Amino acid sequence: MNQPVQILLAGLNPSDPDDWRLRNYEQREGYAALRKILSEKIPPEKVIEEVKKSALRGRGGAGFPTGLKWSFMPKQYEGDKYLVCNSDEGEPGTFKDRDIMRHNPHMLIEGMLIGAYAMSIKAGYNYVHGEIWDVYERMEEAVDEARAAGYLGDNILGSDFSFQLYNHHGYGAYICGEETALLESLEGKKGQPRFKPPFPASFGLYGKPTTINNTETFASVPWIIRHGGDKFLQLGKPNNGGTKIFSVSGHVNKPGNYEVPLGTPFATLLEMAGGMRGGRKLKGCIPGGSSMPVLPGDVMMQTDMDYDSIAKAGSFLGSGAVIIMDDTTCMVRALERLSYFYYEESCGQCTPCREGTGWLYRIVHRIETGKGRLEDLDLLNNLADNIQGRTICALGDAAAMPVRAMIQHFRDEFAYHVEHKRCLV
Amino acid sequence: MLSAESLKKIDYELTKYPADQKQSAVMSALAIAQDEKGWLTTETMDFVAEYLDMPSIAVYEVATFYNMYNLQPIGKYKITVCTNLPCALSGANEAVTRFRERLGIGFNETTADGRFTLKEGECMGACGDAPVLLVNNKRMCSFMSNDRIDQLLEDLSK
Repeated sequence: MNQPVQILLAGLNPSDPDDWRLRNYEQREGYAALRKILSEKIPPEKVIEEVKKSALRGRGGAGFPTGLKWSFMPKQYEGDKYLVCNSDEGEPGTFKDRDIMRHNPHMLIEGMLIGAYAMSIKAGYNYVHGEIWDVYERMEEAVDEARAAGYLGDNILGSDFSFQLYNHHGYGAYICGEETALLESLEGKKGQPRFKPPFPASFGLYGKPTTINNTETFASVPWIIRHGGDKFLQLGKPNNGGTKIFSVSGHVNKPGNYEVPLGTPFATLLEMAGGMRGGRKLKGCIPGGSSMPVLPGDVMMQTDMDYDSIAKAGSFLGSGAVIIMDDTTCMVRALERLSYFYYEESCGQCTPCREGTGWLYRIVHRIETGKGRLEDLDLLNNLADNIQGRTICALGDAAAMPVRAMIQHFRDEFAYHVEHKRCLV
Repeated sequence: MLSAESLKKIDYELTKYPADQKQSAVMSALAIAQDEKGWLTTETMDFVAEYLDMPSIAVYEVATFYNMYNLQPIGKYKITVCTNLPCALSGANEAVTRFRERLGIGFNETTADGRFTLKEGECMGACGDAPVLLVNNKRMCSFMSNDRIDQLLEDLSK
């Protein structure tokens, strides 16, 4: 294997309990990008230009070009604007932002500072998943450190740039990973997504222009400023710049986070994760978090890990959560658990999702428990059709896509379950 | 009423938000209240509402929407086990079975001595460490094999 190319997890020493601290981060060139911007007085539009050049795409799941998103913020707006980091990492299979925040919290803070500078924003929030309380506390401590060192607050490093950053914790709602639900939650309300438009860039937190990016997205920015957007782009492949952390879970020998350049073959990633547990055969893989369509093992083995290659193979890179299932996995049971999740987490606002996710779960459940009918397979597809694209947010799509893909790729197994009232495996 | 210590924590949270947006602190205020009281009674939620100048109903909405708030009396230790797919592929269901056997209770039940409540959780964002569980929302335990579950229960029974 070639020399590992890393940005986000580079140079970390897991055996040092203080490795996350400010002084250690500074030793890893930390805050050098911010210093460069402030000392050279680089114009904000140049910063956005550099991020555009890098082809950095949103690491939370949607893959939207970050530089383009930043350019949507109104430039002449006189009032308050907000910057929000979406660290509400709850997409099943995803655990990368947790590692960035607990091992490299200042990289996130520096990335947010640069974003704030580029969009002339004075205040920001980092919304941390409620279940990772120790990580929230670490972020609190890291923000305190940055504030004490003059990286956060008024007149940062003696410049006329000021930025305040605060952490806010969730308390158990998957839907708050959806950006407008997250804004509602930040305002102290139920996390129910808003209609778009208006988009957050014009009507966001407290009704003010707001930009929301994922943790990993922000954390990628300091490197881009230090080394240039072109260099970041070259690490990956055209339209898929940089490295990406893949969270590998399920039936592998070494589950964990692996940062690799986009475009790395799936087979290489699987090897890094120690290969299949017990040397078994790869049956299926969900390459981008539980909301994305499953792909059969043989298709995965031919695929590269980047946005465009995975889309071509029939799924999405999503959040980079790679869920590995070997040939002992019952796909009906796997889908049953996922469908229960979307049913449980639907916010209840849109009828197709609120009612439809329950229907999906109950039908998959009856197939799993030997009470299914063959026509249920078409009924599931029909239900998925009536949910997908018919709701305010993407949770409806997220519930529908796994159902469709599971039936598409493993229809025989579902039919076997119906006919024999038991698993094929 | 909440203790002076809890109020101090809530006051700190309030400094994070614009002065006219006190409601933004409701999630942390409820979490702080729950840490003190164990679970959220209507009286506690009404107190939080008054403290943050919010209608009570808006506080109830939040408390019932987010699933880490306890709206009923609960055991001294709430154990929430993630059973979502990635954890299930790596032994979560076996972990649940161990708890059921050791504690003699199922999900949403509390042991007769009031010590343990067992809950089924959704993704905690730590799937690489499966099986994963939370003790009282804030302490995450990873790689929960049967041995480690036994050890945890022993520690919490002391």
